[in-house]
Amino acid sequence: MSVQREFHTKWGMVIDLDKCTGCGACMVACQVENNIAPTPDASDMTRVLTWMLVYKLENKQKFPNYDVAYLPRPCMQCENPSCVPVCPVVATTKDEEGGIVSQIYPRCIGCRYCMAACPYHVRYFNWFDPQWPAGMEKTLTPFSSTRPRGVVEKCHFCHHRFMAAKEKARATGGEPMKLAEDAYIPACVEACPTGALIFGNLKDPTHQVAKLSHSKNAKRLLERLGGKPQVYYMSKRQWVLDMLDNDLGDGSHGGVTGGGNHG
Amino acid sequence: MAKAIDQALWPEGVERCSLTKFLLWLVVPALLMLWGLVAAGVVFWYGLGMTGLNNYFAFGLYITFDLAVIALGAGAFFTGLLRYILKIEALVPIVNLTVIVGFFCYSGAMLILTMELGQPLRSWFGFWHPNVHSMLTEVIFCISVYLSVLIIEYIPLVFEQKQLNKVPFLHHLAHNMHVVMPLFAGIGAFLSTFHQGSLGGMYGVMFARPFAYREGFFIWPWTFFLFVLSAVASGPCFTVLICTAIEKISGKRMVEYRVKSLMGKIAGTMLCIYLFFKFLDTWAWIDSILPAAGNSFDQMFNGLVYGKWLMFTELIVCGVIPAIMLVIPSVRKRESMLIIASLLNCVGVSLNRYIITVQALAVPVMPFDSWQVYVPAWTEWAPSFMVLAYGVIVISLSYRYLPVFPQERKLNYK
Ligand code: SF4
Ligand code: SF4
Repeated sequence: MSVQREFHTKWGMVIDLDKCTGCGACMVACQVENNIAPTPDASDMTRVLTWMLVYKLENKQKFPNYDVAYLPRPCMQCENPSCVPVCPVVATTKDEEGGIVSQIYPRCIGCRYCMAACPYHVRYFNWFDPQWPAGMEKTLTPFSSTRPRGVVEKCHFCHHRFMAAKEKARATGGEPMKLAEDAYIPACVEACPTGALIFGNLKDPTHQVAKLSHSKNAKRLLERLGGKPQVYYMSKRQWVLDMLDNDLGDGSHGGVTGGGNHG
Repeated sequence: MAKAIDQALWPEGVERCSLTKFLLWLVVPALLMLWGLVAAGVVFWYGLGMTGLNNYFAFGLYITFDLAVIALGAGAFFTGLLRYILKIEALVPIVNLTVIVGFFCYSGAMLILTMELGQPLRSWFGFWHPNVHSMLTEVIFCISVYLSVLIIEYIPLVFEQKQLNKVPFLHHLAHNMHVVMPLFAGIGAFLSTFHQGSLGGMYGVMFARPFAYREGFFIWPWTFFLFVLSAVASGPCFTVLICTAIEKISGKRMVEYRVKSLMGKIAGTMLCIYLFFKFLDTWAWIDSILPAAGNSFDQMFNGLVYGKWLMFTELIVCGVIPAIMLVIPSVRKRESMLIIASLLNCVGVSLNRYIITVQALAVPVMPFDSWQVYVPAWTEWAPSFMVLAYGVIVISLSYRYLPVFPQERKLNYK
């Protein structure tokens, strides 16, 4: 049986790589919004928690042709997620209208199979219990739970904001299942100073993302692997687009791998 | 010779060393066990941050070791299957040993598996909230149930201990359990085949990891079948190695050589079948999976630690060579050759488990990602040694006090 499901609403993001300056505001906004504790040794990049991570891409050319691009990487909320079918205890699922891949911390047994399965490295393990430096606990938001050690966590498009937006719609007589474009946006999108991150319903033609995702300059990360991310990247620079997917460089287009869903 | 104080506990009509000597022999494994327990304590108390694992290497030495030990422990179910279901009587002299080996391998692996979980207290969630799509759910189910089967297979042997067997109830219980043993051998073979397969399937289904991903049959990727085959190809060799170690250490023969040679023949045949499919699989992987993912064979290897030599060592040195050695009767009939081939075979399967676990995660998948190197911490080595030491203790105690080898008397005391 396939795990892939279709939803009427499909929250997605379009990231304009030509606009991103690599300032990292999205990373900071995400950390604050989602109660991510500072890691004692943040220099160990293989252990820090960065639900939103900005990668630096280079075109490997010499000056004056040298060029860089910055690539913000949230969870791709894949349409065909590799993380979901592997979880032995259904701690991560994609079953809610909107198509956001959830992560249930009290359910997760910490086997880290999902981390092994996700090629985007968006899943993070809590190696130790989180600790906030004295006084900093006052910055914690009540909208996002904190996580104990031993569980996996990841970006969920600030799901609590989605809930709040739906509640607000209900309270004001709006349609919770048909939110306006700016009714719900994640913290990173809100914080981005250049407007490089655009968020909305990929299936609603009135939303900007629906149009942008179909642009000829838009591409998803690792399309060939068949995960079908709900995050699109845009760039007018060909080398940047080329960097988004593996390519043997011989002009062959191997096509999408099976994307086999066990079970 | 002065009588050993525990002589009354020995199996009927056999000689054992003095208790002091035996206890001295157990000192090193006991210390290793202690070291492993300290490491386990540290990991349970402070968390998995105390290991060398990280967000790149979600799996590392623990899983590699588990997979290797479980593959090597496959001698139990496969020999049990051949002995009880296919009625190959020639295996009777060694079947007890295979059960003990299976028991220590699986119970040891379970021990490490609990350390492997970030939330060990939730390990029962696998039964309570199972995801039927997950290969790991299958593994959790089958391993736990199979360990129970192994305990059931081990118990009659314990009850046959000379003093315990004098208790009529235990005597009859052991006897009756023997009668139903083919049933358990059958259940064991079924469960074991499935979880050996599911362990392989765990990697094969990771469709976004081109190094590990495989197509397959119905819901099972090829790695499912390859893991089963490689386990049954190496399990009997591991039993032969342990049997030979017992013989060398005790200075006595435990089974007739032809039993070991038969085990070698079985392993060799299975190894040939495995290698045939493994080569096909590797070819298909290079020829279709990798190009479809936009990768080349060369991109899957890097530097020394993740170099191609690993794969060639696994497939040629520890695959083709022992396979040839084991299937040629004249080579197999020389004990030294049988031992070398068995060793190579066991190293090969362990190497395979390492490659599929660690290398699969080290290979960068995103084009702008980089290779990472994983170095296990002492907290990972110690529990692995602990399981080995635990195995030595279980086997030593069993050998000393239980009638493990039916041929021991005939072969040593005329
Ligand atoms: S990016 Fe990774 S964690 Fe997010 S949905 Fe896709 S596979 Fe799962
Ligand atoms: S780490 Fe948690 S979420 Fe991930 S597969 Fe294991 S139980 Fe599921």
